[in-house]
Amino acid sequence: MTVLLVVLGAAVGAPLRYLLDRTVQARHDSAFPWGTFTVNLIGSYLLGALVGGAHATPGPVTALLGTGLCGALTTYSTFSYETLRLLTTRARGLAVLNVLASVAGGLGAAYAGLVTATAIWS
Amino acid sequence: MPAHDTESGERAHTGAPPVAPPQPTDPDVDLHVPAQRDELTHTPVRLLGTIAAGGALGGLARYGLSVAFPHPPGGFPWVTFGINVAGSFLLAVLMVLITERLTAHPLVRPFLGVGVLGGFTTFSTSIVDTQQLVAAGAARTALLYLAGTLCCALAAAYVGVVATRRVAVR
Repeated sequence: MTVLLVVLGAAVGAPLRYLLDRTVQARHDSAFPWGTFTVNLIGSYLLGALVGGAHATPGPVTALLGTGLCGALTTYSTFSYETLRLLTTRARGLAVLNVLASVAGGLGAAYAGLVTATAIWS
Repeated sequence: MPAHDTESGERAHTGAPPVAPPQPTDPDVDLHVPAQRDELTHTPVRLLGTIAAGGALGGLARYGLSVAFPHPPGGFPWVTFGINVAGSFLLAVLMVLITERLTAHPLVRPFLGVGVLGGFTTFSTSIVDTQQLVAAGAARTALLYLAGTLCCALAAAYVGVVATRRVAVR
């Protein structure tokens, strides 16, 4: 049962990343990978909220939305590849900015999710 | 030098028409690549279905590994670390193959890159793992995990690009 929920969540998360990435890129014609940055922050916020409210969230919901949806909505492989591309195309400043902004932004988003969950469930 | 590769982050307004980059920066989808700009309007159901199928497979593999090798609270999350490093290597191999070596079917990138590898690797889990380690009082492990994943994933992507260029003859 859990495995099916994970698969279902991932089957929604991956195309959602594609569509969000496209939507963001259509608005920002820039070398900075805004699309991937945005999906990774949204996913970190959601997962932070789910884990923060874990005591109140049923296991199947965590499997569907956490492991499945957030797991597939966010991506490390694309993040690494883009950072490498920026490093090797003389856009080193953007590469460093991408790493710092993604990590700091991701941690900030996850904490914001935790705070939201705490506010809702406490 | 393609305009969108400039440090400024914006297209240079030099009056010259922007030159199309030889390779996409974003392997999921890069609107600077004409074929990728149009792919969603051509066959949206087939494209999104392919990505969903790939994502399901990648997510299943990630879940299977996390069940097979669970990590204790406060311990180093080896599975997510391994998944993100391996996925970064494989995506780099795939991107070199399909942009520099082979003429791949238009659904290969959406299936393997966006779907399978995007669904397999996860940024959110690595971030929330870090947060959980800090909360468990293992700040040193958290920092090691965060920096270790970052450095190893970047190195893996670099090795993937270089090795594939050497091994796969044009």
